[in-house]
Amino acid sequence: MGQNTEAYVTGIGQSEVGVRLTRSPMGLTKDAIMEALADAGLTLDQIDGVASYPGKSHGYLGFSPVGVDEVIEQFGIKARWHSGAAEIPAQLSAIASAADAIHAGHARHVICFRTVYEAAAMSRPEEFPPLRREHVEGYSQWTAPYFAISAACWVGQYAMRHMHRYGMTREQLAQVALNANRNALRNPRARAITKKPLTMDDYMAARMISSPFCLYDCDRFSDCSTVIIVSAGDALDEVKATPVRIAASAGRVDRWSWDQAEWMASYATGPELWAKTDYKPKDVDTVQFYDGFAFFPISWLEALGFCEIGEGHRFIEGGTRIALDGELPLNTGGGQIGAGRLHGFGFAHEAVLQLRGQGGERQIPGDPKVAVATSGGGPLAAALLLARD
Amino acid sequence: MSPPQPPRRPRPKLDADNRAFWTGGAEGKLNMMKCGDCGEFTHPPRQICRHCQSENMAAVAVAGTGEIDTFTINYQAWMPGLEVPFVIARVRLDGVPGVVLTTNVVNCDVNDVKFDDKVKVAFDEQDGIWFPVFEKVA
Repeated sequence: MGQNTEAYVTGIGQSEVGVRLTRSPMGLTKDAIMEALADAGLTLDQIDGVASYPGKSHGYLGFSPVGVDEVIEQFGIKARWHSGAAEIPAQLSAIASAADAIHAGHARHVICFRTVYEAAAMSRPEEFPPLRREHVEGYSQWTAPYFAISAACWVGQYAMRHMHRYGMTREQLAQVALNANRNALRNPRARAITKKPLTMDDYMAARMISSPFCLYDCDRFSDCSTVIIVSAGDALDEVKATPVRIAASAGRVDRWSWDQAEWMASYATGPELWAKTDYKPKDVDTVQFYDGFAFFPISWLEALGFCEIGEGHRFIEGGTRIALDGELPLNTGGGQIGAGRLHGFGFAHEAVLQLRGQGGERQIPGDPKVAVATSGGGPLAAALLLARD
Repeated sequence: MSPPQPPRRPRPKLDADNRAFWTGGAEGKLNMMKCGDCGEFTHPPRQICRHCQSENMAAVAVAGTGEIDTFTINYQAWMPGLEVPFVIARVRLDGVPGVVLTTNVVNCDVNDVKFDDKVKVAFDEQDGIWFPVFEKVA
């Protein structure tokens, strides 16, 4: 018998998801870690790795208020491996890195976390000073001088091009938000974010942010911590939860640019994911696609080959194929548009819940075994293929 | 209370890579970094060619005309006093293959901007930075 160096998600946890929470960022992180440990049946002294994205964001604390070093210190983790990095393909690459560390034998049980505190930070500027700089540097010098300050303005241009080239309509785009709303209303942890049903009329009447995006096409700042525990295959006898294998991961960018790249990084990442596995798109039971803006899930559908390039908006038209009882349920917990900007990790959390059959009122039917979770858009892209064996 | 003044454009920090781009407007020039060996443009500008790694780089004035590659009409005031709506666009530059500029299309109604419209550069100077913006060609 050889060692099983496959990597499995063995525990998931999440704090309360709120807007302008007063519990501290480390408190939320503790809530998520404790829930994930209890879920896995592990204790802190069994954890020997920690990973996060993007590491502590010192200049803009709300974005990432808790770093890997602090978690190691706070919880007394004897870390044989750790990583908290921003220059990796995207948010979920932190989980992919943990899987790689497991494959290499560097760790047996890795806590992967992402804590966000943007809503709370904005409400307490004295405690969390907003980013103020005399100059714009790095890539933002090519966009910010034109008041293209939000990613809505950058991604909106990719979405506008899709409308021009492929005939995408606002009614088709709206299905991302309508689907998110329906699913979020069945997700108890989305109650602070989504409170009432959204109709097509509401959507079409909403104020515009940056065309084609209206208010409902944008995710909402929230405060939360999400934890995914990744364990080695030969440590599975130490855990009690149903393990979900990280069957493949990919993340690729050909040009790190929000404007020079003709295609967002998702389009190179999708084929890269399938090149690493025998699974095919037809084997996938549910997809959890990053939806910081509503165009991203459409682009991921195309990038991962669930439809042809330029057909994503037709795939979701009417919303039936992506609904909970459809052929490819999308963002079953509401995604970030419906359940808060958890910044990538929420998609892995939801995929694991669904594969374990723990989706409650939003559980998809059948016996789902394979899911894809993605994060990122623009020059960021990461995809995880998750399988329950 | 008087309404807030329109905000200044966020300012890049000038350095050896970007100075010619952000200040060329003083001479009415849209300067792009070009390789003297392979002839390709590198944008964002760098001292080393991203195509052939040559260091024989120089900022050269380009035609300053182009076409709308894509655009968005921005409605959200991201900063106090920012007047909306306005157009943010990517412009394909004539004679500069493979490069687009993120910019504003100015001096026209936002609803008059269309894909593939022909545009030409103008400059909006603020405190020594000459921001290249674009106008529709009549």
